[in-house]
Amino acid sequence: MLTEQEKTLIRELQTGLPLSSRPFAELGDKVGLTEQRVLQKIEEFIEKGYMRRIGAALRHRKVGYAANAMVVWYIPEDQIEKIGQQLAQHKDITHVYQRKYHQSWPYNFYTMIHRQTRAECYHFAAEIAAAIGIKEYQLVFSTKELKKSSMHYFTENSHNKELNFKDRL
Amino acid sequence: MKLDPIDRKLLNLVQTKFPIVPEPYRELAEKLNITEQEVLSRLRCLMETDIIRRFGGVFNSRSLGYKGTLCAMKVPPERVDEITALINNYVAITHNYLRDHQYNIWFTVLTDSSEKTADILQEIIKKTGINDLLNLPAERFFKVLVNFELDEG
Repeated sequence: MLTEQEKTLIRELQTGLPLSSRPFAELGDKVGLTEQRVLQKIEEFIEKGYMRRIGAALRHRKVGYAANAMVVWYIPEDQIEKIGQQLAQHKDITHVYQRKYHQSWPYNFYTMIHRQTRAECYHFAAEIAAAIGIKEYQLVFSTKELKKSSMHYFTENSHNKELNFKDRL
Repeated sequence: MKLDPIDRKLLNLVQTKFPIVPEPYRELAEKLNITEQEVLSRLRCLMETDIIRRFGGVFNSRSLGYKGTLCAMKVPPERVDEITALINNYVAITHNYLRDHQYNIWFTVLTDSSEKTADILQEIIKKTGINDLLNLPAERFFKVLVNFELDEG
């Protein structure tokens, strides 16, 4: 289990990495660890699978992927494994999930696809459909991003407090 | 903001190969043949212009004991603003999109127990009076995002 100090470090790392020449030393000062310990802890978090990496998340609408669509599919259970693996390979398909099926929403498989325009999204989805031999699907376009934040782990007690990493700039 | 080739290389590096060393920005600077100061000022600029929306640790929520679900709701158009305000107020609701569909509000809930998620959804149904809410938890993950490789040319 994670110690309170580890949780604090995760919270700080999640909030954001300082833009200064010794960012890990600066984080260490906040949580009471040396720079070296912070670096060790990060390696350990990655090794244990708690953390994927340190890095940037981009606002993809701003880097040239102007259109994206959620495509929902119905895929027979016995084909899910194969199709899931197949679609995961494609660089313009960023999310591939099997989700719970509902009678009132008869789909069990979800992908996010990225193109420059809506028309190209339709075309891309049709190509995928032909490649995997699935006819039951729909594109669901987003018209507005209403919220996109990152999870703030272990902060349940500071309810509804939006920590914005940009406050640190 | 127009990205130049150095910005593009920098964005590719900071998405996937951020060095975990005492002076990471210096190491990036060496790879790009620019100064550490320039790396820092470029990153600051990319954040201010919101091209980088977050810069820090990317955690695996499942291994930290958190579970997410995707929910979809049928909201009458005239109530979208009111219900968005209600939904966005939950810290556990990290993403929310208006979509061009009968199910028009799609949001994700991430908590450390299925009871907490169920409580949030019940509360939303109760406060809005809208019962048509699909809870679509993931059963298998084949791919979870998300680096956008930029053309460096």
